[in-house]
Amino acid sequence: MTTEIKVKNLNSTADLVLEDRVHKSLYSDPEIFDEELDKVFNNTWVWVAHESEVPEAGSYKTASIGRQPVIVVRDRKKNIHVMLNRCRHRGATVCEGKSGKTKAFTCPYHGWGYGLDGSLRALPKPEEYENILDKAEFGLVKVRTESYNGMIFATLKDDLESLDEHLGGAKKWIDLFMKQGGGYPLQTLGDHRFRFPGNWKIQLENTTDAYHFPIVHKSFIASVDEEAAEVFDFLDGEGYVEDLGNGHSVMVMIPELVDLEENLDEPIPERFEDLAKSLADEGHSDEEVRRLVRAVGGSGFNLNLFPNIACSMAFFRNLVPISVNETEIHHIAIGGKGAPEAFNQKRIRLHEHFQGPMGFGTPDDGEAWERVQAGSIAGTDGWIMVNRGMSKLSTSTDGNVKGAVCSETGMRAAYQKYKKMMSVESGK
Amino acid sequence: MKLDTQLLADVTAFLNIEADMLDNKEYQQWLDLWLETGLYIVPVDHNATDYANTLNVAYDDDEMRKLRIERLTSGDAISTQLGEKTVRTMSRFRILDDIDGFVRVRCAYSLYENNKNGLRCYPANLQFKLVRDGGSFKIAEKIVKVMKSSQHLTTVSYLF
Repeated sequence: MTTEIKVKNLNSTADLVLEDRVHKSLYSDPEIFDEELDKVFNNTWVWVAHESEVPEAGSYKTASIGRQPVIVVRDRKKNIHVMLNRCRHRGATVCEGKSGKTKAFTCPYHGWGYGLDGSLRALPKPEEYENILDKAEFGLVKVRTESYNGMIFATLKDDLESLDEHLGGAKKWIDLFMKQGGGYPLQTLGDHRFRFPGNWKIQLENTTDAYHFPIVHKSFIASVDEEAAEVFDFLDGEGYVEDLGNGHSVMVMIPELVDLEENLDEPIPERFEDLAKSLADEGHSDEEVRRLVRAVGGSGFNLNLFPNIACSMAFFRNLVPISVNETEIHHIAIGGKGAPEAFNQKRIRLHEHFQGPMGFGTPDDGEAWERVQAGSIAGTDGWIMVNRGMSKLSTSTDGNVKGAVCSETGMRAAYQKYKKMMSVESGK
Repeated sequence: MKLDTQLLADVTAFLNIEADMLDNKEYQQWLDLWLETGLYIVPVDHNATDYANTLNVAYDDDEMRKLRIERLTSGDAISTQLGEKTVRTMSRFRILDDIDGFVRVRCAYSLYENNKNGLRCYPANLQFKLVRDGGSFKIAEKIVKVMKSSQHLTTVSYLF
């Protein structure tokens, strides 16, 4: 099919998503982007934080739902709230910066003060509001919030299905991913943030794209030892991609690293021998050393949760849509809370090696994404192909559609969910 | 305040050479400027002090520096293939202290880059720990506090 579709003549953006291809205008049409904010980001569960990012009473993190700024905060009773970052008086943000700890949120403009639970506590010169403002009705606007295994999601839609239902088949994989604390609770260890000049869906696709790995990440593979290079040579292996429903998918690249609590008697990889020795020297038992070493490199899969978060091997990848052709990416490092220093330090070094603005992997991903944004507008054939592996699908043991590791099964899963959401009339 | 203008001149001359080598991609000579135990660090958090236990943009020991140079020069990394020259400018050199043979110096730094997205500028505060080596110095530590590193950067395909 090479006929160009005249975008403006179509009834719906949803028509731009076919089973095996999507139209290039999904990357570059500002009207479609605005529609996505309304129909996708304002209408589903959006990941905002991991619980360890707000560990104590008063801990907060700023985040966004689509482009709407929110605050994720833990109150004095240790309850987590997600609230619009907007003073109820004249609309100023009441919280700035990435994260921190506070006793309250005070608007910098006129001094309205809010508690950690969002309640309006005090405002200067209240006498002018006598009988015209009920403080109980002017707290920060709370957003519906639910968590699963430490992952905090929020939604602007009150009548949406529960988070539990939304995650569905993905929950099993979240549970597996959380094992990489090496026997300790998962804890975030800081993040890398960068922007690239491209649409958010290009990044969404990438997390479930094993096909690019040996091409784009050739220089990363050249920088690791032979044993590790073999581990990353997974395109001809037994890996697979499963459509988990609701736009979610899992791409298993290294099947032997799906469950990090299994196979603890496997030989210690050469690249982790120093870590194993230093842990043993600190007095950790052989079993604990093996559990930590097995977990240190992360899980052997990427779990893509539609629309904005991935549990990607050894880190969280959070995408933030800025505009139709700009996206901010947060690569959040993770380790074990209370785990040995050497373990968390090794995880941080591994994260720096691949991720972030100066990693050995991220800049090359970014280059490929930029080129998709720039090149996709060319020509009369306006389709982006996502049909790889469609003729060799099977059914997984969980009953899901399953394709080869380098198939585009995960992209098709995300786009079919996207199509469904974009098919809904505005305001419904 | 007593000024050691000779030391300041020596340090400035050395750091200008270091920057010139990076702008002209003389990476092997650049590697020779380092102590083997030296650390090249680009922090995320400018207030961090325990870099080893903190996530950084880059935390390169001797092995990682060599691997990074290999990555920048091999031609395998697509983000480096169209790398144009960079321009670094430095000013405001200040000797912080000179203790036990180690000279700590701080300066203002701007890196300009021309790529397909346009001309970009990265201002930074740069701090070095240098050790005297004959008539010159070796780098024991280089910390590049790039503005916005704690917020968001773009990807970069060179060394700061």
